Amino acid sequence: MTQTRSMLLNVGPSHPAMHGVIRLIMELDGEKIKDVDVEIGYLHRAFEKMCETVMYAQCFPYTDRLNYVSPLINNVGFAMAVEKLLGIDIPERAKYIRVIMSEISRVSDHLTCVGASAMELGAMSVFLYMIKAREFLWELVEEITGARLTISYVRIGGVKADLTEGFTDKAFKTIAEVRKVLIEADELLTRNRIFFDRMKDIGKISAQDAVAYGITGPFLRSTGVAYDVRKASPYLIYDKLDFEVPVGTQGDNLDRYFVRMAEMEQSLRIIEQCFQQIPEGPVAAELTGDVVPAAEMVDRAKMGRTEGLKEEEVNLDPTLQGSTKKYHEAVYADRKDVVLPAKENTYGNIEGLMNHFKLVMYGHGIRPPAGEVYFPVEGGNGELGFYIVSDGRDYPWRVRVHPPCFPIMAALPKCLIGDMMADLVPTFGSVNMIAGELDR
Amino acid sequence: MTPLARVQERFSTQIIETHSFRGDETAVIRPEALRPVAQFLKEAPELDFNFLMDLSAVDYLFFAGGRIQKPARFEVVYHFFSLKFNHRLRLKVPVDEKAPEVDSLCALWASANWYEREVWDMFGIKFKGHPNLKRILMYEEFQGHALRKDYPFNKRQPLIGPQY
Repeated sequence: MTQTRSMLLNVGPSHPAMHGVIRLIMELDGEKIKDVDVEIGYLHRAFEKMCETVMYAQCFPYTDRLNYVSPLINNVGFAMAVEKLLGIDIPERAKYIRVIMSEISRVSDHLTCVGASAMELGAMSVFLYMIKAREFLWELVEEITGARLTISYVRIGGVKADLTEGFTDKAFKTIAEVRKVLIEADELLTRNRIFFDRMKDIGKISAQDAVAYGITGPFLRSTGVAYDVRKASPYLIYDKLDFEVPVGTQGDNLDRYFVRMAEMEQSLRIIEQCFQQIPEGPVAAELTGDVVPAAEMVDRAKMGRTEGLKEEEVNLDPTLQGSTKKYHEAVYADRKDVVLPAKENTYGNIEGLMNHFKLVMYGHGIRPPAGEVYFPVEGGNGELGFYIVSDGRDYPWRVRVHPPCFPIMAALPKCLIGDMMADLVPTFGSVNMIAGELDR
Repeated sequence: MTPLARVQERFSTQIIETHSFRGDETAVIRPEALRPVAQFLKEAPELDFNFLMDLSAVDYLFFAGGRIQKPARFEVVYHFFSLKFNHRLRLKVPVDEKAPEVDSLCALWASANWYEREVWDMFGIKFKGHPNLKRILMYEEFQGHALRKDYPFNKRQPLIGPQY
């Protein structure tokens, strides 16, 4: 007498297709997946707990490490939530810079996702092309923020530094390069029989299920629901920009691929429009007065030789360039209780120094009123929300992140059950799980 | 009529407090009213909250250094969103320290399942009627609930190696 039994198969957490940090326990009937248990938490770093132990401005390095493929969007989300709590508005130019940086991050996020899932199906060259394009984008990020990944660029009330000179030209060159890569990848993948057959009708989820699980972002849009935070509740200057929200129909892996490819094009369009609309910023050619090294300015101020110091500009470390007096107004809100003063003021006069100290010393710092806010932004994977509770002191009482990956992983069994074991790889690749924000 | 006003009108006796700070409409309701209110939010055609966007909790132990006294130690916080009307509502349920338990919303929104597991994991608040209430981010052997305010942030519980 023959006997049939299902088989338990464990995949991960240290399996290359699991991107390092998730464990799936699957019940298999032959090659068919009968049931899946998703186990997460392998990259839990206590983000929410640690945020309660530091001052508001010190949370930014932690937010960098949430979605580590598009850290700028996390920065923007956290800063906007605190700004909502404080009730402040930021200068127009800073808003445009935030949008430009967010969209650059979104493109790099989607490039990574599409490239990695193509690689897992054997399309190694697509992966290399896309990582090349991402490299160009990260060079732009590096130029502005001084870092590639742990950028900590956005500040409460503005951004750390203004755009560098000649950035617009570089950005347009990069956009052209990225477009070339997108066309190349499209030619390699979209009409590729192997890719098409392995993506079509695999990992399907219905719109009702996606909504019930609270899924947002490209994943939800692939099922045909056109929900995008940038359109539904426009923040920054998204209401002044012309872009479309691409949607799919089937909710399968192929549609997720199409939605991501279309979204990258829209993001590039947004960046181009931003550069056309952005208010003029200061340029170095208009510089008046001398430029002195920071240490010299500090020494002179200490000795009381402050004559003419107000007109002078300080020569800073490259990572702080663009945060001097000239640029300060353009990228920071006019709020002394929130925003660090321009470096010349910190080094050169006592008011600026006291202002700086009042913001960075323990027991002082930024003090929002007691209250609670929730602020969503559109992250790479969907709605990234920050819920912050303040008790009126300089430490956040509670910081809660709504990570877009979390509901997607909860719904992963819905996508997988009924498919073949080998379909796990493309499905898992196309949902773009980022463990940093999933486990926090 | 805003969602908050509609809920106030329908469940006036069940609402402890409402506020609208920075445009975020919030209602604090009695724990026993959670299920009916949630069901109303989901099923009333003029509200149509089809998303349970976020579910978390806050521990108010020694809130503001003990200067602000909250009626209960915990609050479970629900963020609802309606795709059709593009409006949001925050619902809060006070939870007592002695018997931390509220009703589960798993039957209404599938997304509640994992969120409630996370709240159980981090705060030790139980959800009545949850199909599979076990830890999600931490491991089963973990002692205590990490996001409670009386859990020190630098406390260590190594699974292997010297115990200290």
